[in-house]
Amino acid sequence: MTLGYNTLVVLAGCALLGLAAGTVGAFALLRGRALLADAVGHAALPGVVLAALIVAAFGADPRALPPLLAGAAVAGIAGVLAVQALARTRRIREDAAIAIVLSSFYAAGVALLSYVQTLPAAAQAGLSKFILGQAAAMRAEDAFWAGAVAALALAACLLLFQRLRATCFDPDHARVLGLSTQRTDIALLGLIVTVTVAGLQAVGLILIVALLVLPAATARLLTFRLPRLLLISAATGALCGMAGAAASALDPDLPTGAAVVLAGAGCFSLALLLAPERGLLAAGLRRARRRLAAAEEHFLRAAWEAQEAAGAGPGTAGDRWTPIAALAAARGWREGRAWRLARWLAFRDLVALSERQVHLTPRGAAAARRAVRAHRAVEHHLLALGAADTAGADRLADLVEHGLSPEAASRLLPEPSTLPASPHALGGKA
Amino acid sequence: MSAAAPPPLEIRGLTVAYGERPVLWDVTWAAPQGLTAIVGPNGAGKSTLIKAALGLIPALSGEARFFGRPLDEARMRVGYLPQRASVDWDFPATALDVVCMARYPRMNWWGRVPRRERDAAAAALAEVGLSDLAGRQIGRLSGGQQQRVFLARALAQDADLYLMDEPFAAVDAATEQAIVAVLRRIAASGRNVVAVHHDLSTVPDYFAHVLLLNGRAVAAGPVAEAFTPTNIAAAYGGRLNLLEHASVAPA
Repeated sequence: MTLGYNTLVVLAGCALLGLAAGTVGAFALLRGRALLADAVGHAALPGVVLAALIVAAFGADPRALPPLLAGAAVAGIAGVLAVQALARTRRIREDAAIAIVLSSFYAAGVALLSYVQTLPAAAQAGLSKFILGQAAAMRAEDAFWAGAVAALALAACLLLFQRLRATCFDPDHARVLGLSTQRTDIALLGLIVTVTVAGLQAVGLILIVALLVLPAATARLLTFRLPRLLLISAATGALCGMAGAAASALDPDLPTGAAVVLAGAGCFSLALLLAPERGLLAAGLRRARRRLAAAEEHFLRAAWEAQEAAGAGPGTAGDRWTPIAALAAARGWREGRAWRLARWLAFRDLVALSERQVHLTPRGAAAARRAVRAHRAVEHHLLALGAADTAGADRLADLVEHGLSPEAASRLLPEPSTLPASPHALGGKA
Repeated sequence: MSAAAPPPLEIRGLTVAYGERPVLWDVTWAAPQGLTAIVGPNGAGKSTLIKAALGLIPALSGEARFFGRPLDEARMRVGYLPQRASVDWDFPATALDVVCMARYPRMNWWGRVPRRERDAAAAALAEVGLSDLAGRQIGRLSGGQQQRVFLARALAQDADLYLMDEPFAAVDAATEQAIVAVLRRIAASGRNVVAVHHDLSTVPDYFAHVLLLNGRAVAAGPVAEAFTPTNIAAAYGGRLNLLEHASVAPA
């Protein structure tokens, strides 16, 4: 692909559009307005078609962008007003109102479009491109307009930052402070309409909502700070806009809107999987690590208690080898599981492994003693409170002992420095 | 503080309905100086009273005056602590960010929070014992800590009257003590609190005055006079748990 002037302008326009959509979208998402943005996009279609009809009736060029976008904005706002009016009747809820308005306006647009298609060719040129978006059809001045509108939305967002944040977090409190949340909401809605309209030609009215939502949702997964969230969301939006425009320039048959949204969906999926803290992978690893740590402690405790049961006396590790099968029986585990844990603990040098038997190493004995103390501290505490019987205390302690610090265990035990005997018989699980 | 001064909060003939269901009927009441609890059974309109007074939900009739003036003329003197469950705690903000929001009326529209306002917010966080957690995302605070963030945000409004909606709801013992300490400091400095409260047994310890509410104002006055078993029974109807009743009856 040769990067001609026109291509560069289109890329820049789409990037600016993505930047603005990412920023406005972050606030739309935080204020719970994502669905309303979808309604704005769909409701714009009859406005675009009517505007083209009117312009053509006056004998002007129906492909001129400004009147079409004005028509889209008017229809988009009418759609929002219709949603609010419907919700105010208290006969249906807002989500249903949005669904009704979105589909009705869109259907009206499609019907109008089919009517326009019976008219002379000039009037319908390019109108269907607004549905799925076609950045390649953008002329340089179109891209300039989209970019300018996007820049305006961006500036307004930054100017209103404090108010938008206060209104999104706690509108009631903002009102008590004397901030007009109604005016802020109208401003946010205006920004949503502006970005939607600016993106109609490039992304199309069906998919524009994704450019508002996906970058913002991606950024939410990556940070807990609002300024940083805006930055990431804006950058993601710009990246998606550019990627979509580039893909569409390479393959003119690929609607830009689809390419933009697929890029956004890719970013979001990656973030959902790989985000350092909120990602599914990180969460899964954390869960697995916790589960493994709990199993390790249970194994070490079982090894320790087997020594006690074999007569080493409470509070000492003893020096006998214990069959893994006996530990598995004491924990109620299948033998395979006990074996895997034994090998893992041997790898960590916490047990020595020989001929189907284990033996606590000095490090393992220390860890086992901590685990036993934590377990018995919780047991003693529950029994002292009368909160459970012996078997119940054992089961409950199994669940909560992990992560109990030695200091906390000392506070729960009657004689902090010693290791008390188990309140129940050691050996097989009841 | 003189006897002639208008009361911090005065409500006249307030009637509120949700749809066709009336919640408050012709409530007329004045909150005196100091700490006042609003108590009553579930659905008695306690939160509604506060929200309607603050103009957050429309009233069918009646008005609320703050220090003798309508709310718009007294906004800077009125602080609000909503119920903790009323916001999304997953919101991308730190504890300090949230408290800073109380200072918005004192800031420009744009730009960063000025140092002076940030310091005021940090001082409010210190007052509730959360200085160490100022930079933590609010979703990673415990419930009690979140409640204290809300309290700090109310304090940062530097108000003379604080309207609090269930400040003690579902908090740990440490937070409850921290909130009580803050309430006492507010009262000691001649400022005022009107709090929706749900734990009858602590009313005499924490508050000087009480409003018993059940759709209507059942009784009001100093705790010693108004918080009587008869009035409580009148407010709660047959719904008062006998054990609770026993614990509030004077010995």
